[in-house]
Amino acid sequence: MSINREVVEHVAKLAKLAISEEEAEQFTNEIAGILAYAEKLNALDTTGVDPLISPVPMQAVLRDDIVEENLSQQEALAAAPEVQDGMFKVPRIIEEE
Amino acid sequence: MELYRKPAHELSKLLAKKEISARELTGQVLEQIELKDKELGAFITVTAEKALETAREVDEKRAKGEELPLLAGIPLALKDNICTKGLRTTCASKMLENYQPPYSATVVEKLSQLPLVGKTNLDEFAMGASTETSFFKPTRNPWDRERVAGGSSGGSAAAVAAGEAVVALGTDTGGSIRQPAAFCGVVGLKPTYGRVSRYGAVAFASSMDQIGPITRSVEDAALMLQEIAGEDPRDAASSREPVADYTSGLKQGVAGMKIGIPKEYLALDLDPSVRQRFDEACKALEDAGASCIEVSLPHTEYAAAVYYIVACGEASSNLARFDGVRFGYRAPDSPDTTTMYSNTRGEGFGFEVKKRILLGTFALSSGQYDLYYSKAQKVRRLVADDFKNAFTKCDCLLAPTTTMLPFKIGEIESLSGQYELDLCTIPANLAGLPALSVPVGLSQGLPVGVQLVGKHFDEETILKVGWALEQCFGPMEVK
Repeated sequence: MSINREVVEHVAKLAKLAISEEEAEQFTNEIAGILAYAEKLNALDTTGVDPLISPVPMQAVLRDDIVEENLSQQEALAAAPEVQDGMFKVPRIIEEE
Repeated sequence: MELYRKPAHELSKLLAKKEISARELTGQVLEQIELKDKELGAFITVTAEKALETAREVDEKRAKGEELPLLAGIPLALKDNICTKGLRTTCASKMLENYQPPYSATVVEKLSQLPLVGKTNLDEFAMGASTETSFFKPTRNPWDRERVAGGSSGGSAAAVAAGEAVVALGTDTGGSIRQPAAFCGVVGLKPTYGRVSRYGAVAFASSMDQIGPITRSVEDAALMLQEIAGEDPRDAASSREPVADYTSGLKQGVAGMKIGIPKEYLALDLDPSVRQRFDEACKALEDAGASCIEVSLPHTEYAAAVYYIVACGEASSNLARFDGVRFGYRAPDSPDTTTMYSNTRGEGFGFEVKKRILLGTFALSSGQYDLYYSKAQKVRRLVADDFKNAFTKCDCLLAPTTTMLPFKIGEIESLSGQYELDLCTIPANLAGLPALSVPVGLSQGLPVGVQLVGKHFDEETILKVGWALEQCFGPMEVK
């Protein structure tokens, strides 16, 4: 699928990213350029090739479940833009009746 | 004595013999920052008091005869995407302009005996190759202040090159340690994926990110890696592979070694002066007793395309955490939470970061995933397999670090649409291999670097070859 202004605006919604009209135009052009470049991947036959997810083979490592000191509530909240009663405060989520 | 000009391995001996004090050395380095950084812009935050305090503590411990790590007292700079408890960590973004992390990165804890002189500039969230996408300022190249220091670890490289730090840490996702090291005439090492814990490094592309040293000599890079390498339960990708001794074999020479020269890299559009320096590096290694043999990495031409899709996909996921709730910037006056998220991210991120989030979100979105992300991961396997095949014929690879000399500030605009500028460095990240950039002299007054790429967890070999190259071309002066 080719990318256009409408797709970029849809993707921006998915990414929770407010973009201006002017930015939407620029992003459309630049992303279209990169995707056109990336088309070259389709020239390669990758039938039967396993996707490489981690570059170095990794094994799941188990550890004992030990209770440890963690961040205190105060430390965890210290960098938050808005805090109330020991909680992160955000704008309204549910409409008033 | 101009201590700030010396490499860490010499300074650590002087410190151990108590011929100099950490305080004196740190004072000199801070003076260089004072003198130069207004123009260079290598630092976002300078921590003079903290540095002098650590230096004093180290001197006291040494006076009492306490055992200290080898690099204790050596002034250190940290890229500002590495978390420092209680000390502003910005990622050069408006999003984190005033963020003070509640914890320190594992590497910061490991280097706590090195006086921290400051946090260095970078491309915003490490996304860029010139340190120009920083929210704060560009970093200038100490060799020519009209030119970029490279990126994204441009601040760390410029600081080490200018004597504003003796050693530094950077991060490398697609070349962000090696390219600025080459541009600034210093040594940059990207260790094997998983060799160094990334706990506390703000994530960009988790299947490629790695922390590594930027130093003034290969021996310094080996000493730094020794301090920071090793398993860490707090980074699930960190490896249990035993940590080697990186200095014992460093000076053994390269006689009898086989160095692979990937022909696809030499077919790139290389600046003639870069090519000339590269050929001289090959010859120097042959004169030292190694043999340079041609090898082929046939999928090199696809590496940049794979990188765009994989790195942006992972970035779009990693950067979802910046939502204005728990830390960082929050857009004011939002009527509801969804608007708050969107405005926060729209206002807090710069252009390049937003572009990559959008590209990544698109590549991962329903209907596109197989076409782009999954396809890229398959081609990534082919790129990695190329290296495996090449390493059956040679001990390590030698390639240019960059295709070009440091470009002018502002020139990147004219480079837009050139998608293969980082093609020399990206493949090592895709394959998770260790890679070391070493300066091989100047061309037109500007530094040129070459790069050694090794097998997984074989940093020893590339350090050994890098050390041999350094003997031929000599360390660069501090600018």
